[in-house]
Amino acid sequence: MSTRELTFAQAIREALDEELARDPNLFILGEDVGAWGGVFRCTEGLYEKYGPDRVIDTPLSEEGFVGLAVGAAMTGMHPVPEIMFGDFITLAMDQIVNQAAKMRYMTGGQVKVPITFRATMGAGRSSGAQHSQSWHAWFAHVPGLKVVVPSTPYDAKGLLKTALREPNPVVFFEDKVMYAKIKGPVPEEEYTIPFGKADIKREGSDITLVALSRMVHPTLAAAEMLAKEGISAEVIDPRTLTPLDEETLIQSVCKTGGAVIVDEGYNRFGVTAELAAVIAYGAFDYLDAPVERLGAMDVPIPFSPPLEFTTIPDEQKIVERVHKVLEGRRR
Amino acid sequence: MERLSQIAEVVVDRDTMIEMYHRMLLARAFEETVFDVYRRGWMPGLAHLADGQEAVPVGVCMALRPDDTITSTHRGHGHIIGKGGQVEPMMAEVMGKATGYCRGKGGEMHIADVKLGILGANGIVGGGIGIAAGSAFTAKREGKGRVSVAFFGDGAINQGIWYETANMAVLWKLPLIYVCENNQYTEYTNYRKLQAGEGLVARAEAMGMPGLEVDGNDVLAVYSATLEMVERARRGEGPSMLVCHTFRYGGHHVGDPGTKYRTKEEIEEWKAKDPIVRFEKVLVERGVLSPGDIEEMHSKVEKRLAAAVEAGRNAPYPDVSEVTEHVYA
Ligand SMILES: Cc1ncc(C[n+]2csc(CCOP(=O)(O)OP(=O)(O)O)c2C)c(N)n1
Ligand SMILES: [Mg+2]
Repeated sequence: MSTRELTFAQAIREALDEELARDPNLFILGEDVGAWGGVFRCTEGLYEKYGPDRVIDTPLSEEGFVGLAVGAAMTGMHPVPEIMFGDFITLAMDQIVNQAAKMRYMTGGQVKVPITFRATMGAGRSSGAQHSQSWHAWFAHVPGLKVVVPSTPYDAKGLLKTALREPNPVVFFEDKVMYAKIKGPVPEEEYTIPFGKADIKREGSDITLVALSRMVHPTLAAAEMLAKEGISAEVIDPRTLTPLDEETLIQSVCKTGGAVIVDEGYNRFGVTAELAAVIAYGAFDYLDAPVERLGAMDVPIPFSPPLEFTTIPDEQKIVERVHKVLEGRRR
Repeated sequence: MERLSQIAEVVVDRDTMIEMYHRMLLARAFEETVFDVYRRGWMPGLAHLADGQEAVPVGVCMALRPDDTITSTHRGHGHIIGKGGQVEPMMAEVMGKATGYCRGKGGEMHIADVKLGILGANGIVGGGIGIAAGSAFTAKREGKGRVSVAFFGDGAINQGIWYETANMAVLWKLPLIYVCENNQYTEYTNYRKLQAGEGLVARAEAMGMPGLEVDGNDVLAVYSATLEMVERARRGEGPSMLVCHTFRYGGHHVGDPGTKYRTKEEIEEWKAKDPIVRFEKVLVERGVLSPGDIEEMHSKVEKRLAAAVEAGRNAPYPDVSEVTEHVYA
């Protein structure tokens, strides 16, 4: 298999390109996704290649174009609405939560709603409190939706291709900090990655670190730092929140006896809470210390860099939490 | 705010008129029966009834092709019947039974037969408008002349999604017909207290689409105006808006008598303009039906509804194992 290095954004773009070519019912819509190529360059060149009917510039109307996407999906299309900043998804919440997620159920299985919502997440750009939030947990709370949170170009491409072939509404979160900064190998050959299969990003035996989306990268860096201290950390990326690969998480903790969960969403009632519950229940007899939860601080995301970076996890904070767990174990 | 448009009444053939009348009778009888079923405690929950408004859903839907789609509302039983829905699975759905259209998962407010082009009945006021725009989007792409209708109330027109989709529908010339059923009240408040401006045709025109305003208790006027808009949409000329003035006889839902915020005079005034009685007069005058035919149709419909209730009551509830079905495809 031949591979090359792609950025996260290029991997997304490639998945969109290949699936647009494969499925005539697929179309992209959103703000500046067409001729401009997307604010984050994820649709660059697609407008030229597939034309204005497949890559559609919409007015600034999140509720309206997402609602239109729901109706198009119910009548046989597969829309791919882009929510430029994931923060703006609040404007389309009714259409996603009350319409897309439950139309199939309410009609007793009479319709399918194949939509791939692409939205961004992630802080660290001094973009302020309304352009930095990570709302993936909200959607993982809603039955009827699937939620994807890839961390590498390889995963992003393979999981997005799966999403674009799903008969269900999928909310696909892309951390905007990764678009240009994260590069990685992506095969030339076609591949897809199934939902509900966690990936062990690094094997280890002393502690389990669970991380998703961009948080995988500082977590891998932390594992490297820990290795120098003689601590062997296993890093697991669930990759999809719904469906969730509980088995892989539990098995790892049964082996290591402890876990730190790292996420850029808020701690309170968030992904870290849910995953901690899964581990506490599934690996109860194997835990030597309470599961540590390292999410974003429960404050609106501030603008000023020293403040902003205080609120989100990084290598140093992850290492500290690992020490805390291991100390708890010795007691 | 009510300025009725001048619309030439189209020639309607005998069979179509009889079918219109039949569906109006079914829609009326369905609502009256549901009210009875509710009072007897044979259904769970509440129901939003639309008796008095039958000319709108029937007049609109009879102007549609089977492959045209509609989106319905919380007050949607008439839309389903107008589009050809059967009262038996509707009644079973109201009762939460396994034989219901949605196997008891939708309920009174969410009855839908997707095969008939009914893309859900929505509990979110205005919630179906986006879906209707999406169906129009698909229809335009298919290029088979199919159109999409969004039914909504005088309250829903004040939701933002109307303006967002109207903008896109005009920009992209979507075959979409907005049908506003102005039954005078948004829950317990008269629409005049809630709608600014010079009426809804003015709003439609401001968005760049034509609008027509009709007597919503005159089924032939509704039908004629809809046909005009449907033909325009099929020709690829884009969306339009039909405003139908009508009235619901009952309260906002079955638990509301509807008399605290509406005067007896107002209710009587509208009952004197009853859409079914008026249409019966037309049918007899034009020699389409005799008074005897009318009586016979009434009694057939009543018998059918009674049988639907009986069947619904005897039908099983869905097995609890079904609760996790249909969450995902
Ligand atoms: C988004 C939303 N807000 C409020 C409600 C509560 N509600 C149900 S029906 C209704 C009034 C709707 O009025 P209108 O659109 O005129 O329809 P009608 O009931 O008269 O048929 C309201 C406020 C709701 N279901 N959804
Ligand atoms: Mg109303």
